[in-house]
Amino acid sequence: MSIRELIELSAAEALRRITAGEISAAELFDAYAAVPDELNAYLWRAEPGAADGNGAGAGAEGPLAGLPLAVKDIFCTEGIATTAGSRILEGYVPPYTATSVQRVTDAGARILGKTNMDEFAMGSSNENSAFGPVLNPWDTSRVPGGSSGGSAAAVAAGLAPWALGTDTGGSIRQPAALCGIVGLKPTYGAISRYGMIAFASSLDQCGPLTRTVTDAALLLRELQGRDERDSTSVGIEGGVELPSREDLRGLRFGVPRELGPDAEGIEAGVREVFERTLRRIEELGGEVDECELPHSRHGISAYYVIAPAEASANLARYDGVRYGMRDPDARDLTGMYERTRGRGFGAEVKRRIMLGTYALSSGYYDAYYGQAQRVRTKIAEDFRAAFESFDFLVTPTAPTVAFELGSKTDDPLAMYMNDYCTVPVSLAGVPAISLPGGLAQPDGGGPELPVGVQVIAPAFTESKLLDAAYALEQAIGFDARPPGFGGGEA
Amino acid sequence: MSANLDGYEAVIGLEIHVQLRTRTKMFCGCELSFGDDPNVHTCPVCLAHPGSLPTLNEQAVRYGIQIGLALGCEIAPRSIFHRKNYFYPDNPKAYQISQYDIPLARNGRLGDVRIHRVHLEEDAAKLIHVGESGRIHGSDASLVDFNRGGTPLVEIVTEPDLRDAASAREWLQLLRSTIKAIGASDVNMEEGSLRCDANVSIRPAGSQELGTKTELKNMNSFRFLERGIEAELERQVALARAGEPIEQETLHFDPRTGTLTPLRSKEYAHDYRYFPEPDLVPLAPSKELLDEARASLPELPAQRLERYQSELGIPEAQAKLLAYDGELGDYFEAAVGAGTEASAKGLANWITGDLTARLREAAGEEGEVHAADSRVTPQAIAELVAMVEAKQVTAQAGREVLAKLVAEGGSPAEIVEREGLASISDSGELEGIVAAAIEADPDAAAKVREGNMKAIGPLVGYVMRETKGRADGGEVTRLIRKQLGLG
Repeated sequence: MSIRELIELSAAEALRRITAGEISAAELFDAYAAVPDELNAYLWRAEPGAADGNGAGAGAEGPLAGLPLAVKDIFCTEGIATTAGSRILEGYVPPYTATSVQRVTDAGARILGKTNMDEFAMGSSNENSAFGPVLNPWDTSRVPGGSSGGSAAAVAAGLAPWALGTDTGGSIRQPAALCGIVGLKPTYGAISRYGMIAFASSLDQCGPLTRTVTDAALLLRELQGRDERDSTSVGIEGGVELPSREDLRGLRFGVPRELGPDAEGIEAGVREVFERTLRRIEELGGEVDECELPHSRHGISAYYVIAPAEASANLARYDGVRYGMRDPDARDLTGMYERTRGRGFGAEVKRRIMLGTYALSSGYYDAYYGQAQRVRTKIAEDFRAAFESFDFLVTPTAPTVAFELGSKTDDPLAMYMNDYCTVPVSLAGVPAISLPGGLAQPDGGGPELPVGVQVIAPAFTESKLLDAAYALEQAIGFDARPPGFGGGEA
Repeated sequence: MSANLDGYEAVIGLEIHVQLRTRTKMFCGCELSFGDDPNVHTCPVCLAHPGSLPTLNEQAVRYGIQIGLALGCEIAPRSIFHRKNYFYPDNPKAYQISQYDIPLARNGRLGDVRIHRVHLEEDAAKLIHVGESGRIHGSDASLVDFNRGGTPLVEIVTEPDLRDAASAREWLQLLRSTIKAIGASDVNMEEGSLRCDANVSIRPAGSQELGTKTELKNMNSFRFLERGIEAELERQVALARAGEPIEQETLHFDPRTGTLTPLRSKEYAHDYRYFPEPDLVPLAPSKELLDEARASLPELPAQRLERYQSELGIPEAQAKLLAYDGELGDYFEAAVGAGTEASAKGLANWITGDLTARLREAAGEEGEVHAADSRVTPQAIAELVAMVEAKQVTAQAGREVLAKLVAEGGSPAEIVEREGLASISDSGELEGIVAAAIEADPDAAAKVREGNMKAIGPLVGYVMRETKGRADGGEVTRLIRKQLGLG
């Protein structure tokens, strides 16, 4: 098979062919490793031929049979530099491997490379990476979304069959939507966070970015599970079934008024694709009705208190004492802290550390952090109430298609609004998947770009969510490839 | 001896940190150690590598609960861990995982002191400042040893119920022996497994209000705790007398000079930005764990004290010495159970009195030898006390036997035999020696005969010298009076 044919295969299809002896895992690995990265998607890449010495054991054993995998650079990988997109961790080589990565490599996956990302997962465009932005394979003048932008771009562009990402407020779902692939944020606690560099501990969750729903299920099946090293992990009871559902009969889909097609800032093209998707749901026998998540309109406000507050503590360990960067010119302890952190962190990270530190300060705690936690509880209650009447909730994943590089970098609030539909789900801790719903032009015209549809489910019902998403995916039949696929040599 | 506070009353509360004697650290699997090479007991968690997460040590929780129960506290059904944020090289995460508004245990009492709270946290790493000062300011470099970082700690905070330095010391000894009885810690102040800070203030005697308090740190022995508090009370009283204000500050005790110096305010004026630790779920001890912790509590010093006084009739001062020093108490119990006729009261008297004094004398100025580690077995002291109580040897001869036992061990009966220390039971022999005494000092005999009983001293002394103390003093007096016709 040609490189192009090999990298066209979904992970599940590639797995079938490896198992059947039609292709070899090493051949597949080398095909991906040979595609030129013109998108700045990778921060580190394995050489072709490196599959054997890569991961826990050599060869192509285990349920993932040697399938290559891209890993967001936020996961610690023993012996492989890990930066979380930050200068402050430049040159840092972890002495251990994240549980999630260990689980999939134990299952036979081989690491193709570490993908670029917004620094410490703070961003929605990948422009906050200390190592330069990732470009969107559909239009290289546009952003891939973020923070898992490198993972999303790599999967969309044929630089990897699938990838691991993390999602704190939308960091898997939004880039998946902007790059036209599938992104799943599992229930908080489904997958171990051990070894995943923390941004906001009560929100961070690992998940797959894939080209199909089946691939997402395949990867989630290996990732999920309780880990004694992460006391907040519980796993998914009963494991994960591969999806097979062909219709949506008897299932009720709620469209939250606050996050639906008429919410503020939703582009016309996004609305059109979303409404077409609702009609597909009905054609498959699903019921669609409006519902309410009254507190979700406060999601962004609450999120931008809670996440920075946790981040301000999580990022305090980067002090130049034990690893990573240390400013060599400091004369004393305070100077070392200030110069190391002043030079090591980018502007957005500093902004959030300041916000979070302020929100936790004596005298302000209750007005900010306390209040945000109360809002979070209300939002979670809204979701619980909605799931009493509905099996799933559906929203657009992001309000717009991929936007142009630099268009929002000077306006943090406009950037934060990208996550308007994904953040409430993260605050509630429930699972959600983003599927490509179709292509649409941005407001004001331009190339046709992918639009994502978000399907949200009750906690720990990933198997049902994947089943419904699979039926919808088959009905939508999205099979477009970006012009940059496989390095552009179509 | 407490400071002279005329007109003022001291108000003292203690904050105690206890390093738990678990096998591994509070939040990771690294082994605890003392005295190993630097940084050998470390891992991604206790070095705060990116992505690492804490997991709670179950044995530390069990010890924490036992300490809470021993201090009569309520155990919280669901306690919460918080992050206490501050930058320092000995604090690798730049936050300490501790407990804040919902601690593991609260509202207890030990002896006369109410317990405010008991909570779990982790110890900092050890900083070694290279340079002359030994402190961070002015040092050439600072090295960090992370072996100690993450050691489980229990923090105990009392209410301000103590009124003088000596009581603070005595109470801390009670706390120490209580924790030692549980086996939760080595509770060694010199090695830092027991650390005590004191909050000290004064107020006009009779007042109910609290004065401005200062916090005393680094008093790393019982003696220094007492001295530090005394010095601070004197300083505060002097300020108050001079009409000067007492400022709220943290003072560092210097054991070399016995003085207190203020820490620079920058070093402690923190806003710790506490918030709930999202990496740990709330600590909700199961009923089984609580029942098991309660059932496995040994007899505690406070209970021993009560039993020694009420059941054995031992005076309070001696009972405290035995009950608050677990090892000495165990030694005493072994002696009581040795199967001799010795009375518990007699044993308490001998063990807390002569034996302790002799051992201290033998150990010299700074050394300390515990009865349990000495050559005097509980069996031997019991046999000796039984012989004294049966008047087979006199008290004075008993002390000589004890000196031999401390020096060389062995059996008291053999020493008595070898040294000829048995009481003179033959009254014929004693009558002869008494007659010789009267003959040797006719002046004294005449005075006694005239009714001056003070003059009997030289006569008794003569007999004691002649008998090498083997004669019973009462019997000697009786015989002198009889021979002088006063009987």
